[in-house]
Amino acid sequence: MGDPPRQGDVYVMREGCSPPGPTLATVRLVKIHEYQGKQIFAKYGVPVPKGYPAFSVAEAETAAKKLATETGSPVVVVKAQIHAGGRGKGGGVKVAKGGASEAKVLAEAILGMQLVTHQTGPEGQKVKRLYIEQGLEMVAEMYLGMVVDRDSRRIAFMASTEGGVEIEKVAEETPEKILTVYVDPIVGLSAFQARELAFGLGLMTYGKETVAKFVRLMSALYEAFTKEDCSLLEVNPLAILKNGDVVALDAKVTFDDNASFRHKAWSDLQDKDEEDPIELEAAQAGLNYVSLDGNVGCLVNGAGLAMATMDIIKHAGRAHGVAPANFLDVGGGATQEQVTKAFSMILKSPKVKAIFVNIFGGIMKCDVIANGVVAAAKELGLKVPLVVRLEGTNVELGRKILSESGLAIQAATTMADGAKKIVDAVTGGAK
Amino acid sequence: MSILVGKHTKLIVQGITGGAGSFHAKQMIEYGTRVVGGVTPTRGGETFEGKVPVFDTVNQAVKATGANASVIFVPPPGAADAILEALSAGIELVIAITEGIPVVDMLGVRRVLEAMQAEARASGKPVPRLVGPNCPGVITPDQCKIGIMPGHIHKAGHVGVVSRSGTLTYEAVGQLTALGIGQSTCVGIGGDPVSGMDFVDVLELFQADPDTHGVIMIGEIGGGAEERGAQYIKEKMTKPVAAFIAGTTAPPGKRMGHAGAIISGGKGTASAKIDALVAAGAKVAPTPSDMATTLQSMMS
Ligand SMILES: Nc1ncnc2c1ncn2[C@@H]1O[C@H](COP(=O)(O)OP(=O)(O)O)[C@@H](O)[C@H]1O
Ligand SMILES: [Mg+2]
Repeated sequence: MGDPPRQGDVYVMREGCSPPGPTLATVRLVKIHEYQGKQIFAKYGVPVPKGYPAFSVAEAETAAKKLATETGSPVVVVKAQIHAGGRGKGGGVKVAKGGASEAKVLAEAILGMQLVTHQTGPEGQKVKRLYIEQGLEMVAEMYLGMVVDRDSRRIAFMASTEGGVEIEKVAEETPEKILTVYVDPIVGLSAFQARELAFGLGLMTYGKETVAKFVRLMSALYEAFTKEDCSLLEVNPLAILKNGDVVALDAKVTFDDNASFRHKAWSDLQDKDEEDPIELEAAQAGLNYVSLDGNVGCLVNGAGLAMATMDIIKHAGRAHGVAPANFLDVGGGATQEQVTKAFSMILKSPKVKAIFVNIFGGIMKCDVIANGVVAAAKELGLKVPLVVRLEGTNVELGRKILSESGLAIQAATTMADGAKKIVDAVTGGAK
Repeated sequence: MSILVGKHTKLIVQGITGGAGSFHAKQMIEYGTRVVGGVTPTRGGETFEGKVPVFDTVNQAVKATGANASVIFVPPPGAADAILEALSAGIELVIAITEGIPVVDMLGVRRVLEAMQAEARASGKPVPRLVGPNCPGVITPDQCKIGIMPGHIHKAGHVGVVSRSGTLTYEAVGQLTALGIGQSTCVGIGGDPVSGMDFVDVLELFQADPDTHGVIMIGEIGGGAEERGAQYIKEKMTKPVAAFIAGTTAPPGKRMGHAGAIISGGKGTASAKIDALVAAGAKVAPTPSDMATTLQSMMS
């Protein structure tokens, strides 16, 4: 039951980068803001500072005044609410020691700014919401994180004394400073596991009350993780206060979208401003969309095929600057309308210099794909070369529909043949 | 012979009256699979397609039909429960097709499965197995098809295929058949983070099966299952294995989907997987178009 903390096991949580576990995007994860995460924490008894969200400077000022009366201290923190971490470093988290008037000035500066952090990319993210929070004085900042570990099939609970900074750096440079316990979902978090992390973090320095408070906090977090169907939960920093209290100063919560059927509240937590509008459009049509930097639009079925298609295009096109611009994955059960929608989205993308349709039909029937492609091309016009490789269920019918459509289509016999034709099409080498 | 499924397989379909369940039940029957019953709670007593009896519980279905395998088309909210019901009724092979089961549910299922497997081993009984979820299923060509794969692309023969990706399984099978190479059994283990059979479990069966002469193994970036498979190949496997890892060119630092990537140790990257497989004596196909030819080059 539960392994001892393993030192040197590196878990790098890179929000907003790198492919997730297995696939290009079969798993849609639902992200929420810090203040929403803290509302969930509070529901499960995880100590958090007092605070109020604010959507305008006036609301921010009112919130600061309210906090000052409630806490008896004028110190508040003005925090930009975007779905990326590293806000502090980027100038999105500022302390107002002088109360509401200072908070107002800070709110004016932060609200509407284009906040750039190591997780947003260079273009940054526009700040449209603030969180005004009680400012706390701490003696130490720790790190706590939880994630489903696919290899041990347990929930991994990670802790480090190196809180408040980029945990990615800690994991890379000093992995021995990250302690991990693996929680068996059948028994849940055992107190001894929480104690192992507490003592491992050296919390006895702050007194045995702090150890007990930490153990309670961990068990509340574990409950929140499983009951709320999280796939990632991070507290960075977890603050140790002068009086020995432990408080979650930051909250990063990501839900497992597969469980959305039992969490009707999630749709209210969603912030559309944080989503890529094209991804959102695709998701609403029941499609998976991935945007990349290249010039070939790709229509595929299945995430594994999407990745393999990317591999083979890059393999063939590397020397010629040919690479995928995007992927639309119609999955297994798409209707003709969905296929039309997917193909229209590719046609409308300005980055796309050629289109590769690569389908191996299982449940997905080739005639449905062909009809969808033809309908979209007839409506919007086909201005770039189109290479189609169809295989699988109803392939003859699919090919017939395409060839009778009158569209300028290059048929490919295999993935490799298709990739070669796409490279020729982009580079102008096609006859 | 073959692995997991064959002429001996007596299948029930959980969720047989639903859209996907009924469509694929028909396809499986057409292919020649012995579908002996279906389960849909509250619909017991009906017959499907005029010949397959429907039951309220898996227990009833097993008692009445002697079924030894179950395929699950139950939608995500009830899918984990359906898997547990099948295991509890003593079904030896449970194949879960359902996509989108919450990972927390699968964590529990997996631990129950492990406990039942340990018990079965200790008492010398047949070990229950779970394939999937989120997988295309298992097929032994010309004998038994369980799942959603297109049956007609397969050809009976002596190559085993095991894959985490559905469409890439079809891709490999299509290439094999085009070369005139048949398959013993093709197993889609599914791409979910927590699931049943792993590469190692399937490789063990292929190694022990006298009718399987070579294997194609298709993995993806993320997790450590391919590395564990490589370890098994190195230590135990005498048959040739050709592999492909999808996602070699996935750009690091690029957001794909909304996920936070979790990379454990040096594991999970395409190059770590490929290195482990090559070191184990497997041949790795340079592109997804070369899966069958790569194996062919090892077998002649
Ligand atoms: N309520 C608070 N009281 C005092 N300091 C805070 C408070 N909230 C955040 N901070 C400080 O600001 C830093 C950055 O805030 P945080 O919420 O972690 O944002 P991010 O991780 O996006 O940079 C924290 O490491 C902490 O030192
Ligand atoms: Mg933080």
